[in-house]
Amino acid sequence: MSESKFYETQWQETGKTFLDSSELVLNMGPQHPSTHGVLRVILKLDGEKVLGTDCVIGYLHRGVEKIAENRTYVQFNPYVDRMDYVAAVSNGLGYCEAVEKLLGVEAPDRANYIRVILTELNRLASHQVWLGTHALDIGALTPLFYCFRDREEILKIFEKYCGARLTTHAFRIGGCQYEIYEGFAKEVLDYCDFVLPKIDEYEELLTTNRIWVERTKGVGVLTGAECIALGATGPVLRGSGVKWDLRKAQPYAAYDKFEFDIPIGKNGDTYDRYLVRIQEMRQSVRILRQAASGIPEGPIIAKVPKVLRPPAGEVYHSIEAPKGELGYFIVSDGSTQPYRVRVRPPSFVNLQALDKMVRGWLVADVVAVIGTLDIVLGEVDR
Amino acid sequence: MPDELHPIGASSPAEKPADEKAAPATASASPAAEPPAAPTEAKPATPEVAKQPAAEKPGDAAPAAKPGVTPAAKPIPPAAGAPKPAVAAPAGGAKPAAAAGVAAKPPAAPPKPPAPKPDPWQSPLVDKLRQAYGSGLREASTYMKQNYMVVDKSIASDVLRDLCKQEQFDYCVDVTAVHYPKRDEQFDIVWILYSFALNQRIRVKTQIKEGEPAPSAVPLWPTANWLEREVYDMFGIHFTGHPDLRRILMPDDWKGHPLRKDYGLTQQDDQWVKNNLGIESGQ
Amino acid sequence: MDALTNYLHSSVTPGEAGDLLWATIYVILVVTAISLAVLSMNWLERKILAHIQIRYGPMRVGPHGLLQPFADAIKLLVKEDIIPEGADKLVFWLAPVAVVMTAFTTFLVVPFGRTHAVTDINIGILFMLGISSLSVLSIIMGGWASNSHYPLMGALRSSAQMVSYEVPMAMAIVCAILMSSLKTGTGTLSMIGIVESQAAQGRWFIFSFFPLGFLAFAIFAIAMIAETNRAPFDLPEAESELVAGFHTEYSGFRWSLFFLAEYAGMLAVSSIAVTMWLGGWLRPFSGTLNGKTWDLAFSFLPALTVFVLAGGCLLGALRMPKHPSFKIQTAGLAGFGLVLGAVGLVLLAPGVRERVQDMYWFAVKVAVFMYLYIWYRGTFPRYRFDQLMKIGWKVLLPLSLAVLILTALVGIRQELATALMGVLR
Repeated sequence: MSESKFYETQWQETGKTFLDSSELVLNMGPQHPSTHGVLRVILKLDGEKVLGTDCVIGYLHRGVEKIAENRTYVQFNPYVDRMDYVAAVSNGLGYCEAVEKLLGVEAPDRANYIRVILTELNRLASHQVWLGTHALDIGALTPLFYCFRDREEILKIFEKYCGARLTTHAFRIGGCQYEIYEGFAKEVLDYCDFVLPKIDEYEELLTTNRIWVERTKGVGVLTGAECIALGATGPVLRGSGVKWDLRKAQPYAAYDKFEFDIPIGKNGDTYDRYLVRIQEMRQSVRILRQAASGIPEGPIIAKVPKVLRPPAGEVYHSIEAPKGELGYFIVSDGSTQPYRVRVRPPSFVNLQALDKMVRGWLVADVVAVIGTLDIVLGEVDR
Repeated sequence: MPDELHPIGASSPAEKPADEKAAPATASASPAAEPPAAPTEAKPATPEVAKQPAAEKPGDAAPAAKPGVTPAAKPIPPAAGAPKPAVAAPAGGAKPAAAAGVAAKPPAAPPKPPAPKPDPWQSPLVDKLRQAYGSGLREASTYMKQNYMVVDKSIASDVLRDLCKQEQFDYCVDVTAVHYPKRDEQFDIVWILYSFALNQRIRVKTQIKEGEPAPSAVPLWPTANWLEREVYDMFGIHFTGHPDLRRILMPDDWKGHPLRKDYGLTQQDDQWVKNNLGIESGQ
Repeated sequence: MDALTNYLHSSVTPGEAGDLLWATIYVILVVTAISLAVLSMNWLERKILAHIQIRYGPMRVGPHGLLQPFADAIKLLVKEDIIPEGADKLVFWLAPVAVVMTAFTTFLVVPFGRTHAVTDINIGILFMLGISSLSVLSIIMGGWASNSHYPLMGALRSSAQMVSYEVPMAMAIVCAILMSSLKTGTGTLSMIGIVESQAAQGRWFIFSFFPLGFLAFAIFAIAMIAETNRAPFDLPEAESELVAGFHTEYSGFRWSLFFLAEYAGMLAVSSIAVTMWLGGWLRPFSGTLNGKTWDLAFSFLPALTVFVLAGGCLLGALRMPKHPSFKIQTAGLAGFGLVLGAVGLVLLAPGVRERVQDMYWFAVKVAVFMYLYIWYRGTFPRYRFDQLMKIGWKVLLPLSLAVLILTALVGIRQELATALMGVLR
């Protein structure tokens, strides 16, 4: 598991072999319909076979970590949504919980339930975006519309709750800002009933579809050991058979109160990751049902001072975002502004695995593998 | 566009002392008992209190380490944690929606509880490492239930190898750095490691001077490849043994390392911008 | 006048009759018809694909988007003509022209009825296959002349795909030709001849020697989709892969020519399928349900179809939002419905009824294929290129060979049996 066994140092030769004329250098440039966001992948091809890749990122780098050093803890809260903008609620959850750890504050139970509900709804939405775009890249035009149509209902719930559909800024340090509106629990439960047959519909379109299976089975294989060595987390890791989910391993925010399974795959290929994510959607619905039927009474936010001055120290807190382990490493120097905020983005680390996964495969598989890694460039670049 | 975006939060501390003086009892007591890591400060003047509903956020930010302090039941916004404002509030005629009788009575508040500090981390792992490296292991503590150790830079790669190979820390969660310009050893390199077998997460820190290289963890965990590239990009720290150290987020020929403390918030590499974008920076 | 009467009473196509005037008229009619068909395919594809994806498709440009194809055509015509730097100008200009010419030339022999074809070459089907192979050349020309990576790769892929699927296509067609020799003893390559042999045998070839006829049809149906670069074999023009493939660098009118040729190609291969296996212009159950009453009943169907369409238009007009800004659209749709109704009335007239039968049934069958094309596009993901080639060479080709051999054996089973008996005795 060490000594660069997996990391054949292809880019040591970057300067030299790229100009080798027997190979074609193809640039899947920053503007491309299937790199989800502005990602540039330089492919070294031999005909159609991929010999090596180099990802050029940073097109969406906005200096979020630098900005964090110039904002107070509360002011920085809206910025974190913009990183993984598809799963904004999870970002907010990770940040708020990390700062709460620094402060030594625990959010009240009611807030934790609300947090879990919104986070799981967000996980569903993120997976729906993933499925739609991944299927679109592989050529199935229809699941995109179905997924986005069903995601609309989730966004409606978000809008009713906090006013925003995508970058929700749903949580505050200490709990939640907004009390849930009347009918919230019922709407969430209705949505659970609504979406389960839709998930079956997605599966009907794709899971046993001969062409889908041929495009995804055996493509982009990562064994469990390789995943761990490359630091891949989330469905990528679980698709390779490693049963690890931060919600169970190191529970946070009321997840220990709910019963749910962790789906894992066997072969670590694209098809298994697809199945894992579909099952995760179903498990999310299960969590939602449990959470929404039993939201406890109580305050929705803990008592934190208006001006937050966490004591000097550092803390690292991570959560299971839809894309993997999202971590926040916050260093406080005792003032109102964080001294350093480091975001450990799951997509950034997962994207490293791209090279390993596509070597030896065809150009069409590069697109499938980028889709299966489920990257959001906002998070990769921050 | 201003040169430096005014750090908006900075103005509030200025306001607060002014408001504090409005409640006379507060003013006298607050400077005296202001430990450097004071969790909270008094808030705006009393009139505002009446407007705000009781269920608002004021509260005790003190961690569990401060049991005796003003309990969270003190809903008065001015008072939070610091005992003096708590005393002052009833004196200042605040109308707490739910007055907690407890701390309102004693005129002399209990001393401010100390800020949380890291406790020493006792574990067989630490003992083993201490045996192997002696004083190279500078510190091993626990803060907020998170274990971390600070090691000498000379033994950092050995420690990491031990942790990876022998102690089953097979997953490198993150590699990052923090810049303390006023210190002699300016950079803190932090490795966050996790062990699947033990379900444990630890941090390994080392401190290096400006211009010194750090050991690369790529031979141990291929994950560290891009993570170290980012540290190099943002801080300018070289990692010896890294197979492909070049910038990752910034353009390849950018000058300057943005996350250093001496790099401005809106500072740009003007030359690069002019050459590549054809505009003046800041447009 | 003479010419008209001659034509109306002739029993052969104008080409066979050597009637230059009518042949020319037919050519113009065929070109117009194909253009109109492509135009409506554009609208149908967008609407049907949209409804499969639970959305509406074009709704604004004309009532229910009916004028969308015209808007697209106008837009494409007025677009700036961009030629990439370093492109081979002559070849760049020639490629779309060549592909359109080959696409349209194939329609010279397509029979919409016994006398409704421009001409009937006695190697009709061979002619069609040959001309459609020429389109491969023009695709390579297009990709090469663009002087750019993506179109080149797309062109090479496209041409490799088309060439490899022509083989199973041809094998399947040979099966059909074999079947055409059953009753008469001599097969024929002529398109009209094949349909007539289906009429003579009283059975469409798709049902002959069940399941062999059906298998041959299925092989052809799959190969024709790959031949025309449509989903699920549309990797060369996949948007998410290589940005529109070999026609990436073409814009405006040149692109619309490629587009026109693609749809015309779809129509052409569908026509081949319909002629070979589905009885061409023959109405269903022409063998079993015959007789004057059945003929009469079936002859009302064209008019009925048009009436249903007209009714749909009028219903749509009724359901339009009752808002002043929709007045023109409602009026347009109602007017269109009325026009269709008038056409339906015309189709009811006794003289017209019989003559329209052939064309109607041919059009209906081709329309079914067009719908299948669109349905596949909305449902299936895309095959990867190596999988595509594998299917063509490793699956369809052996299968088509097997079907061919079996068809031949079954076809001569009587003679074979006698020979075998003779040998054994």
